[in-house]
Amino acid sequence: MSLLEIRGLSKRFGPITAVDNVSFKVDQGEVLGFLGPNGAGKSTTMKMIAGFISPSAGGVSVLGEDVAEAPLKTKAAIGYLPEGAPTYPDMTPRGFLEFVADARGLKGPERKARIDYAVEHVDIGHVLDQSIDTLSKGYKRRVGLAQAILHDPPVLILDEPTDGLDPNQKHEVRELIRRMAPGKAIVISTHILEEVEAVCTRAIVIARGRLLAEGHPVEGGWQLGEHFAEPGRLDAVFRAITMGAPSSAQEAA
Amino acid sequence: MQGTGAVFKREFQGYFATPVAYVFICIFLFCTGIFTFYVGNFFARGQADLKAFFTFHPWLYLFLIPAISMRLWAEERKSGTIELLMSLPVSLAGVVLGKFLAAWLFTGVALVLTFPMWITVAYLGDPDHGVILAGYIGSFFMAGGYLAIGACMSALTRNQVIAFVLSVVVCFLFTVSGAPIVLDFFAGWAPQILVEAIASFSFLRHFNAITEGVIDLRDVVFFVSLIALWLFANAIAVEMRKAG
Ligand SMILES: Nc1ncnc2c1ncn2[C@@H]1O[C@H](COP(=O)(O)OP(=O)(O)O)[C@@H](O)[C@H]1O
Ligand SMILES: [Mg+2]
Repeated sequence: MSLLEIRGLSKRFGPITAVDNVSFKVDQGEVLGFLGPNGAGKSTTMKMIAGFISPSAGGVSVLGEDVAEAPLKTKAAIGYLPEGAPTYPDMTPRGFLEFVADARGLKGPERKARIDYAVEHVDIGHVLDQSIDTLSKGYKRRVGLAQAILHDPPVLILDEPTDGLDPNQKHEVRELIRRMAPGKAIVISTHILEEVEAVCTRAIVIARGRLLAEGHPVEGGWQLGEHFAEPGRLDAVFRAITMGAPSSAQEAA
Repeated sequence: MQGTGAVFKREFQGYFATPVAYVFICIFLFCTGIFTFYVGNFFARGQADLKAFFTFHPWLYLFLIPAISMRLWAEERKSGTIELLMSLPVSLAGVVLGKFLAAWLFTGVALVLTFPMWITVAYLGDPDHGVILAGYIGSFFMAGGYLAIGACMSALTRNQVIAFVLSVVVCFLFTVSGAPIVLDFFAGWAPQILVEAIASFSFLRHFNAITEGVIDLRDVVFFVSLIALWLFANAIAVEMRKAG
């Protein structure tokens, strides 16, 4: 059984079809790169997986449970970093993580152990009691990541985890993802293709809500749909796939 | 309910993590003082009671409570934290309740801090303490009513100023619906039963009944069911508008 399974997922906002019949699975140990240009429907798909918005059609199951039928169960199994890593600016990272731990029902020594674990993993020990407001962008992102891994979830959904970070910070976040990968099913959305080569074990490409190609590393590069890309050359392949995509969603709009 | 405790704790501590709490409490105490002693002629009345104090509560709440409630949901939507919050394993009802209870307890704290008034009348005369206690209880329930309206309005928009204005308007309607001027306006032409219905929604009417010193169960039931109704609308508003 796949840890995460998406079946025929669609989401319409009025006349806009943001996500159009998307299906994929993610198994334990996989880091799936969810690629697509801006407005492709990546965030919308992730919001439906996280149970924040409900699909217009199709469904999501997490560890075999349906998100629509057992939302509390699936939410408990997911760690989610929303786009832009929102956090409460007036809180300290410690207060924020304690809140998330409480909301996730963690108690006593386990609560403390899980917070310590998350703090150590994203290395925010020295800013724990500083208001989040005053932290740099990189540290705010780390606080968001700490919240997502706090309960050691089997499924991690990270929406543009490295967006807006400097190269060193990007490197650190990727290291973190790689470290956590073995026991989990991880989905990261991005439009940065070097990221795919750096951390992903598999990738899917969507544009205008539609799934266009699936890819994985092969001998000497990446195979993305029908295209082969040498290391560092995924950009050209990505352009070929997404620019040549049928624009049905926009015509419908 | 799932998440009520965690949300309650975060929200309640949140009031004291920023100057909001202190500013609110100072303004509340200042205004109750001004109204009671100057506008309400506390001394000139020559009565050992807190009537002058309680009379102004609905009018104070009309502006101060929306100032507390306006951020409850609007801020979460604006900053995107609502997405984080609602992807935690918490129920919507639990979060709505947690936020409301934290705000309610906070207004309760502000109310309790007016105790020097009580001490003053007790020192100056021989007040009926039962009536004063009833006044405090009534005021607390009324504050809950205003808060529930404000929370619902806050869920309708991501703009706190709009939430504030909407709340003041709706709270105003619920305050004055029992005032003679409003009822006279309707009494001329509307059927008696409608006039009665409008009057029965008035915060003033139920609050004044309680401050007379008799806690009638019906007045308490009025405020509790009003709170429940608005919180229900609050949950629906969050559900419908959270994605936008
Ligand atoms: N709440 C919403 N209401 C209306 N349209 C939306 C909403 N959320 C997203 N969209 C639209 O859906 C499409 C996909 O958006 P999104 O999932 O954010 O893309 P991505 O994350 O891939 O950049 C965009 O055209 C966007 O404008
Ligand atoms: Mg996005």
